[in-house]
Amino acid sequence: MDFERIFFFATAGVAVVSGILTITRRNPVQSVLFLIVNFFCIALLYLGLHAQFLAIIQILVYAGAIMVLFLFVIMLLNLGDENTLEEKSGYRKYIAVVLAAVVLVQILTVVAGGVTGPTGTAAAGFGTVEALGETLFREYLLQFEATSVLLLAALVGVIVIAKKKVI
Amino acid sequence: METLIDIVKIVTVMGILLGVVAYVVLLERRVAAAIQNRIGPNRVGWQGLLQPLADVVKLVMKEDIVPRNAHRFLHDLAPIISISIAMTTFAVIPFGDSITLFGRTIKLQIADINIGVLYILAMTSLGVYGVTLSGWSSNSKYSLLGGLRSSAQMLSYEISMGLAVIGVIMIAGSLRLDRIVEMQSGWMWNIVLQPIGFITFTVAAFAETNRHPFDLPEAEPELVGGYHTEYSGLKFGLFFLAEYSNMVVASALITTLFLGGWQIPYAAEMGLSGNLLSVLQVGAFCAKVLLLVLFFIIVRWTIPRFRYDQLMSLGWKVMLPLAILNILATGLAILLIG
Repeated sequence: MDFERIFFFATAGVAVVSGILTITRRNPVQSVLFLIVNFFCIALLYLGLHAQFLAIIQILVYAGAIMVLFLFVIMLLNLGDENTLEEKSGYRKYIAVVLAAVVLVQILTVVAGGVTGPTGTAAAGFGTVEALGETLFREYLLQFEATSVLLLAALVGVIVIAKKKVI
Repeated sequence: METLIDIVKIVTVMGILLGVVAYVVLLERRVAAAIQNRIGPNRVGWQGLLQPLADVVKLVMKEDIVPRNAHRFLHDLAPIISISIAMTTFAVIPFGDSITLFGRTIKLQIADINIGVLYILAMTSLGVYGVTLSGWSSNSKYSLLGGLRSSAQMLSYEISMGLAVIGVIMIAGSLRLDRIVEMQSGWMWNIVLQPIGFITFTVAAFAETNRHPFDLPEAEPELVGGYHTEYSGLKFGLFFLAEYSNMVVASALITTLFLGGWQIPYAAEMGLSGNLLSVLQVGAFCAKVLLLVLFFIIVRWTIPRFRYDQLMSLGWKVMLPLAILNILATGLAILLIG
């Protein structure tokens, strides 16, 4: 096995294990920490695909900003006894199981059909900031702007809901 | 051979950084003493120059006390995270142009990656984990409050810090730090072109490093020692070291982004070139960093601490709009002047 293959399987293995640990830990802080490990592994996988920008953004946005916010909220609530957090309504659990099963079947059918991504050597400058910027702001400008407006609307909505009296 | 050069570079830079950090602690104590009309530590060695050594010995010899209900693993991990992130940030900072040794040109920068600025922002955003986890794992209310304050503070100021750099990136047209330094030759330093960016970045750097007047996470009169209340011995020493390395790294960053990095104005006109110039440039970089460190120290002992709500409203209502306006103005200027 060459280095790339070993690198991929090691990172993917850690990612899967940490992903499982994220949802099985009772302590929410430990869950968050395993999720951070998972994000790092995904960033490493991006790096293996020569997508430097995507890798660093994965760390900057997910591990550096969103998970800090998660940790912050969990610490603020300071959930003492994790065992009191038992699920109260039963029907939600069943719906979740059904939905998860559907997604699993979908994934399995796609994988069984044989996935063939584009192969061959990447173009020069692939995955760099310049290439990404060109694609986002030339080819997909409308979609990019639409997403930005959507995010802005969500932000405004959150502030309106959180504030008791809107000035 | 390349790997060997890299290892030599890493070891040298790390060693120098650690040494500098140890002496910055001494510098801080001496400057503080001078400001408060005291003498300060001057017993160990000539003018107290061996004081850092004595401090290290003291910290290593001390007993490591862990609170009974603390989360042992995270309690150990938190200071390690803090110090390693503070140190790794320095990897992308160019501290000189390049030097020719034995017919081989060596770039005076450890890692020359083309997303240098983003790497730094990512590293600073990870730095908060050390503080947050130490606060949570100690299982003490003072530590927890310190950790919470620091998370909120760092999240708030990271945004204006990131936005303040965008103006610099727009001017340089690159995320490479060596390119940003090259663009600032002569007197065209970014502090001249980006005065608002410089001010917002510097203020945000103070908040990110938890330095006065933004040192609320460890406000002594309110929270005892803040997030590291429950730490002792070498682990406390690591936090202490991390705080001062953060200060040195922040100074190096401000130098690189806004004060021309290793550039010496009119060096070419003075007829300097080759290795001599490179060495002088490294000297210029160190001098700039040292001046900024001195600025950090003097600010600490002259300005009173902010109240927590003042800190937050300053971050969100003043710094953030200023940084966004700066981006707009820079964009307009580039569009009109070219």
